[in-house]
Amino acid sequence: MNIQEKIRNQVTANTVVLYMKGTPQSPQCGFSDAMVQLLKACGVNNVTSVDVLADPEIRDGIKAYGSWPTIPQLYIKGEFVGGADIVREMYEQGELQKLIQSALE
Amino acid sequence: MLTANELRDYIMNGLPCDHVEVLGDDGQHFEALVVSPQFTGKNKVQQHQLVYFALGERMRAEIHALSMRTLTPDAWAQSAIK
Repeated sequence: MNIQEKIRNQVTANTVVLYMKGTPQSPQCGFSDAMVQLLKACGVNNVTSVDVLADPEIRDGIKAYGSWPTIPQLYIKGEFVGGADIVREMYEQGELQKLIQSALE
Repeated sequence: MLTANELRDYIMNGLPCDHVEVLGDDGQHFEALVVSPQFTGKNKVQQHQLVYFALGERMRAEIHALSMRTLTPDAWAQSAIK
């Protein structure tokens, strides 16, 4: 299984997946931490996360997979939702809450 | 060290923009407001991707963190951020 297939499996096997630097308990980057906090505010307390610092192949692979050059990246139901700025904007507009609610139903 | 003005030029050279503001003075962390007619009809992910595409390899090599707000010219005209 190549790295792109591995990522596709990760994002489709779990409803909400966060690619981040560090872990939710010990984030290694302010943007990653902000993402964890936004998800918690939407009721996602135990998000499935992938620490890109622990796996250089995933770290490069996820940038290609999402056509997105930065970490963190949020996936819901296999779809790339956005990076830290977009997810924050969506939360402020109430869109993130709706998206997560309907995904978890 | 990369300056906010240089980053502004990079964005404007790679993407037709009506307006670009870049803040940040540590050479690594920047905040940008980008207004481009190319954003019209695109979602936020696609809008940010256009800016990333304009920056190309620099995004990987030179820029540690870029926080972005993207607006279409219409949205900018209606917004209070001026």
